[in-house]
Amino acid sequence: MTTLTALCTLVAVGILLIILIYIAMQGIGSLSFRFLVDSPRPVGEGGGIGNAIAGTLVLLGLSAAIGLPFGIAVGVYLSEFGEGKFGSLVRFLTDTLTGIPSIVTGVFVYTIVVVPLKHFSALAGGIALALIMIPIVARTTEEMIRLVPQSLREGALALGAPQWRTTLGVVIPAAASGIATGAMLAIARISGETAPLLFTAFGSRFFSYYLDQPVASLTVQIYNYAISPYDEWHAQAWAATLVLMTLILSINIIVRIFTRKRF
Amino acid sequence: MDQPIGGRRSPLNVNWKHLLSPTGNTGDAVFRGLLFISALLMVLIVGAMILALAAKSMPSIRQFGFHFLTSSEWNPVKNEFGALPFIYGTIVSSLIALVISVPLSLGIAIFLVEQAPRQLARPVTFLIELLAAIPSVVYGLWGIFVLAPFLRIHVEPPLQHWLGWLPLFKGPITGIGLLTGGIILAIMVTPIISAVVRDVLAAVPGSQREAALALGATKWETTRVVLVNGAPGIAGAVILGLGRAIGETMAVTMVIGNRAHISASLFESSYTIASVIANEFTEATQDLYLSALVELGLILFLVTFVVNAIARVLVWNVTRKMSGVGNA
Repeated sequence: MTTLTALCTLVAVGILLIILIYIAMQGIGSLSFRFLVDSPRPVGEGGGIGNAIAGTLVLLGLSAAIGLPFGIAVGVYLSEFGEGKFGSLVRFLTDTLTGIPSIVTGVFVYTIVVVPLKHFSALAGGIALALIMIPIVARTTEEMIRLVPQSLREGALALGAPQWRTTLGVVIPAAASGIATGAMLAIARISGETAPLLFTAFGSRFFSYYLDQPVASLTVQIYNYAISPYDEWHAQAWAATLVLMTLILSINIIVRIFTRKRF
Repeated sequence: MDQPIGGRRSPLNVNWKHLLSPTGNTGDAVFRGLLFISALLMVLIVGAMILALAAKSMPSIRQFGFHFLTSSEWNPVKNEFGALPFIYGTIVSSLIALVISVPLSLGIAIFLVEQAPRQLARPVTFLIELLAAIPSVVYGLWGIFVLAPFLRIHVEPPLQHWLGWLPLFKGPITGIGLLTGGIILAIMVTPIISAVVRDVLAAVPGSQREAALALGATKWETTRVVLVNGAPGIAGAVILGLGRAIGETMAVTMVIGNRAHISASLFESSYTIASVIANEFTEATQDLYLSALVELGLILFLVTFVVNAIARVLVWNVTRKMSGVGNA
C-alpha cells in the first residue's frame, strides 16, 4: 500500500519537475537582455517583452495598493471583532470569494469599470487583480493575527493603551512577518492571472504607463503568443514563461525560507 | 481620556462612540468603524457582483429564459444562444479531472500524513504546493506543446485500439479535446485536493489511530479508520477541487479545441463555460451576444459559489470538530 501512495506522490512531483525543466530548457534559448527590454515587433524581427514586464509591474503595484490595505483591514476586523454573526458572514463570503473563478471577476470588472469608462484600462486590470487578492490577504492576515498570544493584548490594554493602539502598535507588529508572507503569496498568485486581464487591462504592444489606457502583461502576452501560428512567437512565449516562473518561484521559495524559521 | 471606567456606564453617556466601540474611546470608535466599513465592503462586493452580472445578463434572460440552458444552438450570426454545449463540456472535463485527481490526491495525502517520515514529508509537501503556484496560462502553454502531442502519439492511439468500441474513444485523434482538457485540469486540482485532504487527515485525532492499532489493526487498516473518520472532510476537498475545475479558464481554453458541440467522444474538441467567455468576450459586439456571455458568467458564479459553500461547510465541520475532540 505504501508503494502505491508513494507512487502517487512520485507522479505529482515528477510532473512538476518535467514542467519546470521543460520551461527552463525551452525558455533559455530565446532569453537575452534585448528580449527583456524591447517591445514586441512583427514576426521575423525579434522583439521582446519589456513592455509586458513593465505592464505586469504596473498592474501588480496597482492591485497591491488597493488590495493590501483593504485585505489587511478585513483580516484585522475578522480576528479582533469577528466573533459575531456578521463576522461569520464576512468570513464565509471571503472564503467563498477565493473560489470564484477569476474569469468571473474579469466579467464583473468589465461591467462596472470598463463599460462606464468606455475602454480597457490598466486601472480595470488592477481592480480585477485586487479583487482576487483581497480575500486571500484577509484570510491569511486573520490566521496570522490569531496566532498572536492573548496575553500580549492584555498586557497592552493593562498599561492603559486603547484598543486601537493595542492592535496597531502591538498585535499587528507581532504578526507582521506572517502578514507579509500572506501578502507576498497573494502577489505571486495574481502575477500569474490571465483570465481577469483579458477584457480589463486587455494588453498592448507598446510601453504604457497611463492608468486609463490598456496595458500589456506577461501572462496575456504568453497567451497571445502561445495560440499564434508562428514558431518564433512560440519560442518567445516560452522565454516569457521562464521570466514569469522565475518571479513566482522566487517569491514562493523566499516565503518558504522565511516561514521555516518560525514554525 | 475622560471616559468613565467600565461598569459605571449609564444610559446617559451612550453616544456614537459607544455604539461603535464598547470602550467609548474616540480612537477606538474611529478604528473600529473603519475596519467595520472594510468588512461591510466585502459583503457589498459579493452583492454587487450578483447584481451587476444579473443586470447585464437581463436581455439574454428575457430573450431565452430557461431555454438558454437546454438549447445547444450557439450562433452569434443568427443571434441564437444556448449554453448546453458549454455546460456539457464543463461537466465532462471536470469529471475527467476528478476521476484522475481524486485517487492521486488521496494517495499523496495518505503518504504525506500517515506514512512518510517528517524529513521527507516537508519538502515533498512544498513541491506539491508549487504545482498549485504554476499559473494557468503556463499549464496551457505546456498543454499545447507537450501534453497534447504526447497524448496524440502515445496515449490516444492505444486507447482507441483497445477500447475503441466504446463511444468514449471514437473519433479523430488530434491530441486536442475533452480528454486533454480533463488531464490538464487533473494536474491543476491535485495540489488543491491533496492539501485539503492532508489537513483533514492531520485533524483526525491520534487517539483514533492508537485505538485501531491497539485492537490489532494493521497499518493499512488503521489508515482506513482514519479515512472513514475524515470522510466528510474528504468529500469537501473533492467538491472544492470540483469548484476549481469548473472555473479554470486559460489552460482549458488552450487545449480543449473551443468548438461548441456535444459528442460522446473524449477525443473530440469541446468548449467550457469559462473558455467561451475568455475566447469570445472581446469579439461580442452585439448587446445580446455580450449579454449571453455575461449570463454564462453569472451561471459560473452561482454554481461555484454554491459548490464552494458546500465544500467549506464540510471541511470546517471536520477540522473544527476533530481538533475539538483532540484537545479534550
